[in-house]
Amino acid sequence: MSDHDYKPKSKVGQWFNDRLPLLTLANHLTDYPTPKNLNYWWTFGGILTFCLITQIITGLTLAMHYIAHADMAFESVEHIMRDVNYGWLIRYIHANGASMFFLAVYIHIFRSLFYGSYKSPREIIWILGIIIYLLMMAAAFMGYVLPWGQMSFWGATVITNLFSAIPLVGEGIVTWLWGGYSVDNPTLTRFFTLHYLIPFLILGLVVLHIWALHVPGNNNPVGIDIKKPSKDTVPFHPYIVIKDGFALLMFMIVFAFFVFYTPNILGHADNYIEANPMVTPAHIVPEWYLLPFYAILRSVPDKLLGVVAMLSAILILAALPWLDTSKIRSAVFRPLYKQFYWILVADVLILGYVGAMPAEGLYLLIARVATAYYFLHFLVILPVLGFKERTLPVPLSITEPILGGSPNLAAARHRESKIK
Amino acid sequence: MSDKKPKRREFLYTATTAVGAVGAAAVVWPMVDQMNPDASVKALASTEVDVSSVKPGNTITVLWRGKPVFIRRRTQEEIEEARSVKMEELIHPEKDEDRAKNPEWLVMVGVCTHLGCVPLNDKGDYNGWFCPCHGSHYDTSGRIRKGPAPWNMEVPKYEFVNANTIKIG
Repeated sequence: MSDHDYKPKSKVGQWFNDRLPLLTLANHLTDYPTPKNLNYWWTFGGILTFCLITQIITGLTLAMHYIAHADMAFESVEHIMRDVNYGWLIRYIHANGASMFFLAVYIHIFRSLFYGSYKSPREIIWILGIIIYLLMMAAAFMGYVLPWGQMSFWGATVITNLFSAIPLVGEGIVTWLWGGYSVDNPTLTRFFTLHYLIPFLILGLVVLHIWALHVPGNNNPVGIDIKKPSKDTVPFHPYIVIKDGFALLMFMIVFAFFVFYTPNILGHADNYIEANPMVTPAHIVPEWYLLPFYAILRSVPDKLLGVVAMLSAILILAALPWLDTSKIRSAVFRPLYKQFYWILVADVLILGYVGAMPAEGLYLLIARVATAYYFLHFLVILPVLGFKERTLPVPLSITEPILGGSPNLAAARHRESKIK
Repeated sequence: MSDKKPKRREFLYTATTAVGAVGAAAVVWPMVDQMNPDASVKALASTEVDVSSVKPGNTITVLWRGKPVFIRRRTQEEIEEARSVKMEELIHPEKDEDRAKNPEWLVMVGVCTHLGCVPLNDKGDYNGWFCPCHGSHYDTSGRIRKGPAPWNMEVPKYEFVNANTIKIG
């Protein structure tokens, strides 16, 4: 990297850069050496940045018209939809943007799981990512409360009541969160404040996330350490910028499809009924992106243990770099892990499905088996697999498997045996 | 350098940190406590309800402190069912006699003790209430019998002001 000896061409540039090295930063970001074999699964970091910026801009404009008061919130959202110029567009982008944000973050997380991007030396990047994910869930939950519909109100009631499971101080904490004896106006105003704050916290954490990424550099589909810069890397600009840009365009097509053709399909009809503390909707379901965790919560018949299981399911991810004992990063060279990986993907999808169904009969049984398997994967399968699995030979460089002539004899033999 | 000087410094560091910590805590507490229920919320503490029109087997729901309160005029069968249950069978053992002083009237906060939904009347496996959110079944005394809720529905402080009026809170 030429970071430290970078010198702007113009005199003015040099003068400025000596005092505030922003041009050095810009140069680092342009020249940043990136593995040349990054596939499209690596474009979701850029897509997520786009999602965050979109949410912040649409959120700011919505906040100019929204009124955070229990008597007026519902009406002010309808006012945005019907009276405000392009209010319908901005609100639909914001509401569907949350879903798109989670869609992208789940692909981003499962990319890391497949290619072992959370492993040394990238643990801090991973943990920062988990914190961002937790904040995203908090922001999404509080944002969903703001329209003050029936799902808003009862979703808020159910989620805040999770804290009442804490022994002794639980009830006190819930009253404190509510600012009263039920979800009401004080709850709404504080949720609005926090919903406004959290995206900026996320923005700060994203800067740290990228900073931590730029220390070791990107992982890659082969999952090996590479020399930088070398013939294994390309500069971020223009190569990755163009690739990310193309992927973002494809993503925006999906985004626009939801916004313009089916803007309410990811929401609940009940949320177009104003909040009523006397009547609970017959079937309370969270937004789709929280369903797997909701299924885990409901699969445990005890209140406290259900909450503990749900939180553990998220927090266990933070321990992943140490639970996965394998030295090999990429699943490409881990034949057994690759199979367990796809079973985990299926398991999470099943949890999501049963989370949307009533918690009874066969659905409950499936939820329990899937919950048990989820924890089994992280607590038993991953640690044991690192010791038991026979991994495939890993190439010495990214270019090596393509050009051949490798000093890595084992890899060459394996390739030969495949040809025969 | 004498021994005395660093000790003096140490004392100053400790004292400064201690005073600083107390000061920080004194500033943090108002920030935390402002989120607790305010005076106007606390002022809405009691509600009076006219129950003269409630027939046996019917339930009315009134709002008290932002929460629904069920007032049910129970039938003779329901009372017998509630009083004949053995304590060992209950998840949260409470006698019906203690929950409904006047057996005909059951007054309780209509909030499921699991995660706060409002249970539905005349539903569930025990002829009492059923919570649609996560499947908790309550009996004719509002006691939890099956499902994830840990406790019986709460009986608030209430009294009969006269034969037809209940004061809750």
